[in-house]
Amino acid sequence: MASKPRVRVPKKAKAGDIITIKSLISHKMETGQRKDKKTGEKIPRLIINKFVCKFNGNVVFSSDWHPAVSANPYMAFSYKVVESGEFEFTWTDDAGETVSKKAKLTVS
Amino acid sequence: MKRKALVLAGVGAVALAVPSVMTFAAEDWGQYQVGDKRSGYTFAKAETRAIQDDDFENPGMLWVEHGEELWETVDGEAQKSCKSCHADASDTMKNVGSTYPVFAKDIGKLENVENRINRCRTDNMKAKPWKYDSRNMLGMVSYVKRQSFGQPMNVKVDGDAAPWFEKGKEFYNQRRGQLDMACKHCHVDNAGNMIRANTLSQGQGNGFPTYRLKWQKPGSLHRRFRGCNKQVRATPYKTGSDEYLALELYVMYRGQGLPVETPAVRN
Amino acid sequence: MKKTEFSRRTALELIGGGVVTALLAGTFATSAQADAKLLAEAIKKAVGEGAMKEGKITLDLPEIAENGNTVPVGVSVDSPMTDADYVKSVHLFAEKNPAADVASIHFTPASGVAKAALRIRMAGTQNIVAVAEMSDGTLYTAKKLVKVTIGGCGG
Repeated sequence: MASKPRVRVPKKAKAGDIITIKSLISHKMETGQRKDKKTGEKIPRLIINKFVCKFNGNVVFSSDWHPAVSANPYMAFSYKVVESGEFEFTWTDDAGETVSKKAKLTVS
Repeated sequence: MKRKALVLAGVGAVALAVPSVMTFAAEDWGQYQVGDKRSGYTFAKAETRAIQDDDFENPGMLWVEHGEELWETVDGEAQKSCKSCHADASDTMKNVGSTYPVFAKDIGKLENVENRINRCRTDNMKAKPWKYDSRNMLGMVSYVKRQSFGQPMNVKVDGDAAPWFEKGKEFYNQRRGQLDMACKHCHVDNAGNMIRANTLSQGQGNGFPTYRLKWQKPGSLHRRFRGCNKQVRATPYKTGSDEYLALELYVMYRGQGLPVETPAVRN
Repeated sequence: MKKTEFSRRTALELIGGGVVTALLAGTFATSAQADAKLLAEAIKKAVGEGAMKEGKITLDLPEIAENGNTVPVGVSVDSPMTDADYVKSVHLFAEKNPAADVASIHFTPASGVAKAALRIRMAGTQNIVAVAEMSDGTLYTAKKLVKVTIGGCGG
């Protein structure tokens, strides 16, 4: 998947803080409803259908996406800080390909 | 006499009160308005503005980041990247977005950022030119123009650029297409009025490449010109053509003083 | 004479208009029923057939969306978000899209608050429906009408 992800996670936080995590990834999110203007043939569906956020290996948030999610999908959500560690974000498309990104969080 | 004066004063107060109410109602657009010039930002809905306001949430930034990567990527037979010659873009490209298109003496014509990039690619890098609205071109143009972010538009329209400026101005005011409309009919005479369900803007170019919700990706100013021309049922010119280069110069001149907003987010 | 003609034309127009309106109303009723059926099926597939209560969910959507391709949505559900009592999922539906499913958002007690934001596609003016699934299995629902502007300058 030739998509580029961006994530925004605070680098530092205090235990008990509820932080906001934002993510954005470049992807056409081809719905499968559109037709090629020249050939008239349907363009096959190809979307990112799953987004998962893990912290220290445990799933803390996830989302299933359908073709009604806009191109270049944006997702913002919350997380309650407990300890230092690493987030891992994974996007999976219809072809089963994945893109991942990691971000560290330090508890002060 | 005294009573008459009071009445007049009363009328005066009412007359004064009306404009002041209007002033309070008008929004303060800050940097997005310079005199009568208003960025397309000021015509967009709050939700759309919010997407542009946050650098992280702005999906156009995905293309800026792609351009940043390309800047350092070696391509072509000469084995060069942009960085090989131009080093740090934040330093060497910082006035490009606010001053282009410029008259390039060495080729004897007006050149915008897209065409300049492709000339660099073919002549200096010995690499294939990029298509005008390709992911790579949009990424590189967005990255280069982003280095002028916030700077006031300041294009040169005299000297060698003067004939191009005049051509652009003529294009802007020339009726065309089955609807027999010139650019100015929408963007000067009717800016701020509704065209069906949308508000017409002044058609400013300071935010391009712009991420359009309709396109679901960024697009060039010339792509927007093509769209406008098609809307009035006129045959559009090619992206990068002399006609649109001249028009680009005139449109940028209309926005002199407005800040470079690349990548703007619009409907 | 002129006046008579005028009123007769008006009368004819009114009758004609009535017929058109009736026909359109019929079409709308049929498509609305079809939409409702698709929506019900999508909800059933996501959460089963349990009873749904109103409340707890806040949907943050523009009243008028500038473009149906990118409509920002914020959703939050009132919950303590503890191991014993939390929001498992929120499912979003657009009743008039080609497929009603939009997205399913899965929270955990680690979320702290059940709150998320994303951008969605809407094929025209319609209700956005949210269904929240709590950890004890209870279901809540909320909906909000979003008008999608069509027309103006494409390009």
